[in-house]
Amino acid sequence: MKTIKIIALVFLVVLVGIQFVPTNRNQSEVVPKSDFMLVNNVPKDVQDKLKVSCYDCHSNNTAYPWYNKIQPAAWFLEDHIKEGKDELNFNEWGEYSDRRKNSKLRSIISQIEDDEMPLDSYTFIHGDAKLSKEEKTEMIQYMTQLKNSL
Amino acid sequence: MKTVKVSLGVMAMAFAVISTSCKNNEKNSNTTIEDAATERAVPMEENRMESSNAAQTDASLTTYLELKNALVNDDQEAAAKAGEKMVGQLKTFKTENYEQNDQQELQDIIEDATEHAEHIAESPIGHQREHFDILSKDMIDLIDIVGTSQKLYQAYCPMYNNNKGAQWLSVTKEIKNPYYGSKMMDCGEVQREIN
Repeated sequence: MKTIKIIALVFLVVLVGIQFVPTNRNQSEVVPKSDFMLVNNVPKDVQDKLKVSCYDCHSNNTAYPWYNKIQPAAWFLEDHIKEGKDELNFNEWGEYSDRRKNSKLRSIISQIEDDEMPLDSYTFIHGDAKLSKEEKTEMIQYMTQLKNSL
Repeated sequence: MKTVKVSLGVMAMAFAVISTSCKNNEKNSNTTIEDAATERAVPMEENRMESSNAAQTDASLTTYLELKNALVNDDQEAAAKAGEKMVGQLKTFKTENYEQNDQQELQDIIEDATEHAEHIAESPIGHQREHFDILSKDMIDLIDIVGTSQKLYQAYCPMYNNNKGAQWLSVTKEIKNPYYGSKMMDCGEVQREIN
């Protein structure tokens, strides 16, 4: 009995302790001129969907869920966001060379086609981020047209 | 005593959780033997300046061809290894010996190609092939600017990527398809001879 108490206590201490480890929050008030929406003429539907389904991890501004305040969930999110932004940051779209834009669009299209993006672990919590069949088609169509216009 | 041990164990576990969530991105270094790359670019001998320029292209071209062979052989591991090697080679690519307008173009190509090589180093084979498609385009454009001493064939498979088609470079005229491997080895045709 005593052992269990001690374990529980240690666990609690660690759990409380890790709450004090700082995390980098991915938040910014400014939308830079190089943002995808400002550089391109994006239809409203596609804009809205991009914001909800992609921008949390692929831009400088995340709409954080409440549990982001709690470790270790916050670490998990931080990691995902960092990785997502490394791959593709819509806020920096205008700074990419045409060659890279072409590459990025190619990847965006194939990831959506294969249902690899948005991630399952993300849509599990953000039901509204899921892309319906029609939304997928619309998104792919727009991205393909943009790719061809480069 | 026992309680101390148990609580130490819990602490250790908690520590482990923390340190793994801080994620060490150590890539597992593959220790496979040199892959059976049959095609190798031959280094050129010309005047000094030119040869140092061409040498850096030839290094990445050699690795590109190793990568291509790995994909022909459906060998994900060898492809990943070649991708990793190519990242290193592309990073050291020097552009300052080229004309001003070429420099920007070369930097764009190298930046893009490096990203694809990075993905190839850590992806399953389907993804490797997708990135190889764009990497091939980068290599073709790179060689158009910097040239190579190597005799190359630019081949084309019309079926890949939902019939959008994809190119690749090879040192042999014979078609061996890196996009389908054993599934459709001879799909494709030679589009152009380089040198």
